[in-house]
Amino acid sequence: MMKNIFLFFIFFLFSVNISFAASQKSELAQKYKASNSISNKASLQRGAKYYVNYCSGCHSLKYMRMNTLAKDLGIDEAIFSKNLIFANKKIGETMTIPMKEADAIQWFGALPPDLSLTARSKGADYIYAKLNTYYEDDSSVTGYNNVAYPNTSMPHILAELQGGQKAVLDSNNNPISFEKTSEGSFSDKEYKQLTNDITNFLVYVSEPAKLKRYSMGFWVLLFLFIFTILAYYTKKEFWKDVH
Amino acid sequence: MEKVLLRDGEITLHTRERSNKWQMYINIKGTDVFVRKSTGTANLDDAAQIATKYYDQLKSKANSASNSASGVIGWVDERLPILSFVRDHLTNYYAPKNFNFWYFFGSLAFMILFLQIFTGIFLAMHYKPDAKLAFDSVEFIMRDVNLGWLIRYMHSTGASAFFVVVYLHMFRALMYGSFKKPRELIWLFGVFIYLALMAEAFMGYLLPWGQMSYWGAQVIINLFTTIPFIGPELGVWIRGDFAISDPTLTRFFALHIVAVPMVILLLVILHLAALHTVGSNNPDGVEIKKYKDENGVPLDGVPFHPYYTVKDFVGIGVFLFLFSTTVFFMPEMGGYFLEHANFIPANPLVTPEHIAPVWYFTPFYSILRAIPDPAFGALAMALSIVVLFFLPWIDNNPIKSIRYRSMLFRINLFVFVAGFLILGYLGVKAPTPLYSALALRFSEMYFIFFALLFFYSKSRGNFFSYIFAGSMISLITIYDLTRINFENYILIITGLSLVCAFILFMTISPLYTNLNEEKEVPERVTG
Repeated sequence: MMKNIFLFFIFFLFSVNISFAASQKSELAQKYKASNSISNKASLQRGAKYYVNYCSGCHSLKYMRMNTLAKDLGIDEAIFSKNLIFANKKIGETMTIPMKEADAIQWFGALPPDLSLTARSKGADYIYAKLNTYYEDDSSVTGYNNVAYPNTSMPHILAELQGGQKAVLDSNNNPISFEKTSEGSFSDKEYKQLTNDITNFLVYVSEPAKLKRYSMGFWVLLFLFIFTILAYYTKKEFWKDVH
Repeated sequence: MEKVLLRDGEITLHTRERSNKWQMYINIKGTDVFVRKSTGTANLDDAAQIATKYYDQLKSKANSASNSASGVIGWVDERLPILSFVRDHLTNYYAPKNFNFWYFFGSLAFMILFLQIFTGIFLAMHYKPDAKLAFDSVEFIMRDVNLGWLIRYMHSTGASAFFVVVYLHMFRALMYGSFKKPRELIWLFGVFIYLALMAEAFMGYLLPWGQMSYWGAQVIINLFTTIPFIGPELGVWIRGDFAISDPTLTRFFALHIVAVPMVILLLVILHLAALHTVGSNNPDGVEIKKYKDENGVPLDGVPFHPYYTVKDFVGIGVFLFLFSTTVFFMPEMGGYFLEHANFIPANPLVTPEHIAPVWYFTPFYSILRAIPDPAFGALAMALSIVVLFFLPWIDNNPIKSIRYRSMLFRINLFVFVAGFLILGYLGVKAPTPLYSALALRFSEMYFIFFALLFFYSKSRGNFFSYIFAGSMISLITIYDLTRINFENYILIITGLSLVCAFILFMTISPLYTNLNEEKEVPERVTG
C-alpha cells in the first residue's frame, strides 16, 4: 500500500507544472523572462516607487489597498502617505486613478487597463517583455511599436530611461532582434533591473496573499506530515491482529 | 470429578477436575461453555473466588448492555436510535479485510464534500451574486477578507480534487467489478452523484464571472440549444435572458449553493444506504458474507470502526498533504485549476482566443468536438455519459475482479483509461486536423470499450465473434466514408485501420489463442 501511495505522490508532482501556454506568439518576446522573487522586499519597494512615478498616472490598481501594500512591503504608513500617495487619497483606500474613461479614449483610443491582475491573466514574463520590447516605428502614432503587444496604443513612457532601439526585421517583417539607436539615462543593466522590479511589484499586486501562503503552507505541510506518520503507526497497531 | 462453585437461576459455574488440575465451565440452560483452566496445581478455593469475580463481571456487563448507556447519551438513545445507528454502520458493520489503496477514495470523496460545503458557506458570506459586483467581490475575498484567499483556494482546489478522487473511485469500480450484482443500485446512485457534481462544478465556475466563466458557460449552454425543436427556447429558459447575464448568474448561484448540494447530499445518503445493505465489494470480488462464524460475523470482515476509520485517517493525511501542497504552493495548477483568462472580468464583447473547459470536463468536451455536426456531437457526448448508467447490465461476466479476468479484459480497461486521459488532454488543446482525428478515434474507443465489455460477458463462438467484429467495423467505416476526401484520406485511412485492427484483435483472438482465458476465483479473500 505504501508503495502505491508513493507512486501516486510522484505522479502527482510530475503531472503538474505546465505554465502559461503560448499566449506570447513572438519568439523575440518570449526571450524576455522576468527573473523575480516576491520575497525580495527591496525589489518590491523599488517597484512600488517606479510604479507610482511612471505608471500610476494612467494605470489603476483598483484592488490594491494602500495600507496592505505599506504593511506587506515594510513601509511605514506615514512615509508611505507622504511619498507614495498623490491627490487627496487616504491610506485605507485602493489605488484607483482620477482619469475619466471618455478622456482616456480621446487621448489613447482606449482606457488604460487596470493592472491589478495582469500578472495573473497574462503572466509576469509578458509584462517584462512588454516593457523591454518597445522599438522605434514611424508609422505608429506614439512613434513606438512593441513586440510583446504589437500596435499597442500605449506610449513608451520609459523611453528616456531606456534610450532608443530599432527593430531588425526578418524577411516577413517580423522583428528578430534590436539595435540600440541612442543611450538612455539608465544603462541596459539598470533598465532591466528597473523593469524587473516593476514586474515583480505587479506580481505581488496580483496576489498579495502569495507572501503569506508560502510560509503558512510550510507549517501546514509539516503538521500534516507528522499527522500522517502518527496515523500510519496507529493504523499498524490496530491492524496487528488482522491476518 | 465435578464441583459446583456458584449457582444462580439457570446459570451454574462449575469445575471439572483432572489430574490435579481444574477447568472451569459456565453452564447456561444446560450447555457447558469453557471459561478457563488453572495454571498451577489445583486449588478449589481459588477457583471459587475466580468464579465469583467472573460472575460479577458477567452480570455488570449484562446490565450495561440491557440499559445501553446512561447519562445524556442514554437519555437521547431512548428517544433516538443513535447507538444502534453507530453499531449498524460503524462498530458492527463488517467490511472486507483486504481493501487496498483504491479503497481510500470513497471516504476521501465524502470528506471533500464536507470541505466544499464548509468553505462554500464562508465564501457565500462575502460573495455578491451580481454581474456588476461578482468579480470584484471575489478579489475582495482574495485580498481583504481574513484568510479569504485560503478559503477560496481550498474551494477551487477542492472542486478539482473532488473530480480526481471521484474518477479514481469510479476506476476502482471498473477494476473490481463493484457495479455488478448485487451492487447495481450503488453504481446507479454513484453515476447520479457524478452527474450532479458536474452540474454543481459547472454552475460554480460561472460565479467568479471571469472571461472563462462566461465563455465556458456559453459553450455548455449552447449545447442545449442544439436539441431539435425546443433548443433555442430551452437556452433562453436556462439563461433567463437571450445572453448570459445577471439573471443567469443569480440563478446559477442559487442552484450552486442550495439546490444541487441538497441533491448531492441526498444521493450520497442513498449511495451509502445501498452500500451498507449489500456490503462492500473487495479486490478479490468475492462475497465475504458467504463465510460467517457462529455469531454471524463474516470471517473475512473487520468492523469498519476502528479498523477502517484508523486506516482512512492515513489516506486523509496523504490526501491533505497533496491538497495543501496545491492550495499553498500552486493553486492555479499551471492554469488548469484556475484558468489564466479567468482573471479578466467577463466581457460579452471579447471572445477569448481559446476556450477550454476546466480539465475535468475535457474528455467529454473532446467527444463533443470529435463530430463536426453540433447536434450529433452533443448527442455523442450525452450518450457517453448515459452509457455509464447501463454498465451493470452491459458487463454480465460473473467474475468481478480484474485479478481473475482475462488478459483481453485488462487490455480493454487499460486502453479505455489511456484513451480517456488522451481525450482529456485533447480537450484543453485547440483543435488541429491531427488532434481532431485523434479525438474522433479515441471517442470511438470510448464506446468500443463498452461494446467489448458486453462481448466478454461470456465466451463467444465463431459466428457471433465475426458478426460482432464485422458490425462494429462497418459502423465506423460507413461514418468514415461519408466524410473522406482528397485532403484527409491519409489521416482517415490510418485511423480507421488502427481502430479496426484493435477490434479484430480484441474479438477474434479469443478464437485462436488463450488470451481470453479467465482465472479461477478463490472462495475467500486472498489477504
